[in-house]
Amino acid sequence: MNEQAPILKAREVTKRFPGVLALDRVSFQLLPGEVHALVGENGAGKSTLIKVITGVYAPDEGRVLFGGEEVSFASPRDSQAAGISTIYQEINLIPMRSVAQNVFLGREPRTRFGLLDSERMNREAAEILGRYGIQADVTAPLHSLGLGTQQMVAVARAVSLDARVVIMDEPTSSLEAREVDTLFRVIRQLRDENVGVVYVSHQLDELYEICEKVTVLRDGKLVHSGDLAELSKLQLIATMLGRELAEVERRATGFGENREVGREPVLRVRGLTRRHVLDGVSFDVRPGEVVGLAGLLGAGRSETAKAIFGAQPLDSGEVQMAGKDVKTGSPPSAIKAGIAFLPEDRRSEGIIPGLSVRENIVAAAMPRLSRVGLVSEKAQNELVERFMERLGIKASSPDQPVGELSGGNQQKVMLARWLCLDPKVLILDEPTRGIDVGAKAEVQHLIDELAEGGLGVIMISSELEEVVEGSDRVVVLRNGSVAGTLSGDDISEENLMETLAEGGSSENGESAGE
Amino acid sequence: MSRATTGTRSLDTGTIVGWTRDNGVYVAFAVLVLFNAIFTTNFATTATLFNLLIQVAPVLIVSLGMALVIGTEGIDLSVGSVMAIASAIVPLYIGYGWPVAVLIALVVGTLAGALNGSLVAFVGMQPIIATLALFVGGRGLAQVLVGGQLQIISDPTFLALGQAEVLGIPLPVIIAGVLTLIVGFVVRRTTFGRYVLAIGGNRAASYLSGHPVRAVLVAVYAISAALATVAGVLATARLSAGDPSTIGILIELDAIAAVVVGGTPLSGGKVSVVGTVMGALVMAVITATFIMNDLPFTYAQILKAVIILLAVYIQRGRGSV
Repeated sequence: MNEQAPILKAREVTKRFPGVLALDRVSFQLLPGEVHALVGENGAGKSTLIKVITGVYAPDEGRVLFGGEEVSFASPRDSQAAGISTIYQEINLIPMRSVAQNVFLGREPRTRFGLLDSERMNREAAEILGRYGIQADVTAPLHSLGLGTQQMVAVARAVSLDARVVIMDEPTSSLEAREVDTLFRVIRQLRDENVGVVYVSHQLDELYEICEKVTVLRDGKLVHSGDLAELSKLQLIATMLGRELAEVERRATGFGENREVGREPVLRVRGLTRRHVLDGVSFDVRPGEVVGLAGLLGAGRSETAKAIFGAQPLDSGEVQMAGKDVKTGSPPSAIKAGIAFLPEDRRSEGIIPGLSVRENIVAAAMPRLSRVGLVSEKAQNELVERFMERLGIKASSPDQPVGELSGGNQQKVMLARWLCLDPKVLILDEPTRGIDVGAKAEVQHLIDELAEGGLGVIMISSELEEVVEGSDRVVVLRNGSVAGTLSGDDISEENLMETLAEGGSSENGESAGE
Repeated sequence: MSRATTGTRSLDTGTIVGWTRDNGVYVAFAVLVLFNAIFTTNFATTATLFNLLIQVAPVLIVSLGMALVIGTEGIDLSVGSVMAIASAIVPLYIGYGWPVAVLIALVVGTLAGALNGSLVAFVGMQPIIATLALFVGGRGLAQVLVGGQLQIISDPTFLALGQAEVLGIPLPVIIAGVLTLIVGFVVRRTTFGRYVLAIGGNRAASYLSGHPVRAVLVAVYAISAALATVAGVLATARLSAGDPSTIGILIELDAIAAVVVGGTPLSGGKVSVVGTVMGALVMAVITATFIMNDLPFTYAQILKAVIILLAVYIQRGRGSV
């Protein structure tokens, strides 16, 4: 339908990092005047591909062609000069400088004498913003604008660089609905001006509204590329997650045998709300029950987990343990009430790499192991020994720095940190991510065992199979609110994907603002 | 140094760097002492030793607090100014008896430190900026307190704090020793010490483990300032006068150097109290070596600079992957 040559092309690009094949012979092509969605779950390789295209990384194999010629940009600056502009999720402009200065950052107009020509700069900045219907005082400092307008300024800057390709990485994550409309208007205008747009987002509705083409990556591989209109939302999700629609039978890993579940909820979560993040999340967890928390990236899974644990600020909402209110916004209160939380990112939020296995295990148990502020070495060593044995933690000694252990053993140390508190509710955010198959089976087995012992478990996992097999009930989140709940025989990958795509009862995408 | 090129770090290079990082300060100390014992006349005498230790005492006391702050991945630039404030407060209140004067100095110093800590913990300021304010303003305030003049102190009991000897050992040295033992105990055996290391090692993980991150940060800066106050009181007693314009000048740099040379990384998560003691001693011995051999002091400063750079260079391996 379009005879034009592609403006941007990546051919069989491979990029390796130590221990990870981030991109595996991925090809991608973008025509002028096309809005192209780039989708995939966490770790699929979207950002790596963008970074290869914009010159942050050099590809190990394969080529990048821009305007028909092979290019190898040494830095994002080079690619920007050549005509590829990138707009990141976080706005990377200078907050203290004026809007106009930001638009012209690095290429300020000069007078005859080589001095800054502010008048011209302000005039031209106003022109550019005006052209795209962005209303802002160009002399005001950037930080005085709303986040959405700031994002628009970033777009204006990108456009005014005479970009032929604009890459937008989750541009709407901080925008209000009205601002999203403005952004889309700008994108359509870009399209009409024959600019190619690469659009990365997890908001499926947005993709269908603005994009014509879609490229799906999974685990560093290209899995699909074509017209977006040819895929239903459900098909798109199935492609992203790597599931055939027909393939719904439970696999026999034995994870998640049927369990006795207590009647009275041990944890009651009501109306967790945080602007732009969570919108009235409510659900219960009963003793002995594994509740899966499902949702696509950005649906609010981790935020819900953190909110229950007190580590995510809330505008409103209640958390009750065994009928008693737990003070929100305070991890120590949550811990005292019997809630434990295994964070998703082990490296940045879990382990304390320089400290020993012993110190890492007892990190959360410190108040219990000490009297008048003195650590009881005896109680500590007993506890550490018991849990290293129980979880089969392989370390040369309890004194070994935890940073030296394998991912699986680090995860067991993290589990030990929480299990030694004897919690009533355990929240696991991606408990098996980044650990080898053997350790994964051990961790899953442990979750089963704990639930049988009467522990209430909330489990977040990006692996559909894990959620479907491991959960007694699945709470599906979408755009920060509960889109549906599956239980019993309704828990299947197909039903789950359907709920992920369409939500249960109510559409609340539009009014998610307040 | 030809090893430890960036990126590829072979195992044995890593081990050597690691060993040097952990033990370099002891080697440096041994070399310096040996050198002096052979070449410097009168070095190996008790008089020299005590003189050296008296010189070290205030630096060491300040370094102990600095080590705790650095353990949380922070820094405290204000210690010298806190010493000056202490030196100004003592002569003001010495009329009410020396214990009252010292107590007031301690309270004021600790509060100033708690303010530093609050700026870091609650306002989220960078430690270097948060403590810079007191660094700049504190000494000025102290000079205003004493009216810009040196205040002679004659209370004999107070002066004894800086000048007396117990069992032949100078009192400041004993005080520094006792404080070292206390801080060492706090780091190793108390929950507070564990919190300090956990916060410096991974603040997010520490917070998610339910640690009172903010309270600990406030306390760490308060302790640093309290220790600086003690150092200020001892220096004042030794000088027999409150003199905010000289007391504690540049001591923050000596303290940071002692801590870093002693093997406590600026990236936090580890505190070596013994190393800090050795670091302070190494710095003092270098000074003594040059002075006792009538060498220009400038060269001592250059040598110190080289040692600091070396220490930081060796620790660099820790941060990079």
